[in-house]
Amino acid sequence: MIKPHGGRLVNRISHEERLREEAREMPRRDLTLDEARDLANIGHGVFSPLEGYMCREDFEVVLEEGRLANDLPWTIPIVIDADRDEIARVLEGDTLALFYEGRPLGILDVEEIFSYEKKRYAEKVFKTTSEEHPGVARIYAKKDHLLGGRITLLEDPPTNFPRYKLWPKETRVLFRERGWRTVVGFQTRNAPHIGHEYVQKTALTFVDGLFINPLIGKKKRGDFKDEVIIKTYEVLFEHYYPKDSATMAVLETEMRYAGPREAIFHAIIRKNFGCTHFIVGRDHAGVGNFYGPFEAQEIFDYYPDLGIVPMFFKSFFHCAKCGGVVNDKICPHGPEHHINFSGTKIREMLLRGERPPETMMRPEVAEAILSFDHPFVE
Amino acid sequence: MEEKMVTVEIPASLYAKIEGIIKDTGFKSVSSYVTYVLREVLAEDEEEQEVFSKEDEERVKERLRSLGYLD
Repeated sequence: MIKPHGGRLVNRISHEERLREEAREMPRRDLTLDEARDLANIGHGVFSPLEGYMCREDFEVVLEEGRLANDLPWTIPIVIDADRDEIARVLEGDTLALFYEGRPLGILDVEEIFSYEKKRYAEKVFKTTSEEHPGVARIYAKKDHLLGGRITLLEDPPTNFPRYKLWPKETRVLFRERGWRTVVGFQTRNAPHIGHEYVQKTALTFVDGLFINPLIGKKKRGDFKDEVIIKTYEVLFEHYYPKDSATMAVLETEMRYAGPREAIFHAIIRKNFGCTHFIVGRDHAGVGNFYGPFEAQEIFDYYPDLGIVPMFFKSFFHCAKCGGVVNDKICPHGPEHHINFSGTKIREMLLRGERPPETMMRPEVAEAILSFDHPFVE
Repeated sequence: MEEKMVTVEIPASLYAKIEGIIKDTGFKSVSSYVTYVLREVLAEDEEEQEVFSKEDEERVKERLRSLGYLD
């Protein structure tokens, strides 16, 4: 079994009732659902080797080098912000209770309180300071200070997908029990079209198992809603996927839309889940025209020590002359014969209530999407 | 969480060999390559120590069965 990032799966969970009671007496910070999900991700080792929110040194090295202070690859800051009022109530060395909807989900041992430059944060992680970028806009909306330190997870936040909620400890047992020595992870925030299916199945041809890991969390307007993504994959699994070599579980965290840096982050997370390989397609985790189409693949050149094998795919398309789904490496015909799986085009058709052609999307998948009154984030 | 760095001595010939190996690989220095290799070796030992208890593993399998992931 592949080792978790940093060599050890982090477990920062405590079920001690005493801690829960103590948390109610501590200064508290209320979490959003996405923050609560990331607290649980730290506690369950999804973000191994992180044991808490980053202190200044890790934060700075991540911005500058795309690595933790100990040189391990890490590209996205995992931080929690605080305003002046909040930091007036805690000092370095104090503990802070982390609440969600009136329940104490965790405790933060505050090691460091520090200020940061939002523009620099945006520029380094997102390669832009434009507020048009949804990830940058979120950084600008953050409070002015960050709190660093180890956390203890007392309770998981609620999930809308308990049937598909697995933690790395569980996926690792699952892969082992199924006899999968090599597993390819697929990150998605989309309902699948034929191009996605071919990428996944092509990758699966070379490994023992396929792990579809849809990202559930805050997304931007126009993206597929979480429940639509899950429903469409259920349909695809039922009709088109081999049961003993493919499986699905959700990853609950927000999309950052950080393109290349997020591709590395996504790969690390899947390594922690037990994947040996990770699919990186065109414009992975990108948004608008902020990143080049293959920047998210090129960045892997800088991380030979990542410890998970990226599988790069350019793009699949339907070629009328070949008579099937192909890619640019195997098809000799010109673009006049090609039908691209354009997400935008498919979305427009679905918004008009039309079913995309079978060369683009499985009819069962289209049907599942059209069964929702509002399949897209508004 | 501050990480202090220390100096370790290795033979000059080995250093030169590593310099050659890491050329155009993405490793920025011999130190980062050596850190990576050592971390890999040490992690293998750690993993062996980090085994689930029987009860723990059975709980995980039971959950996986109840969710339909395992028969």
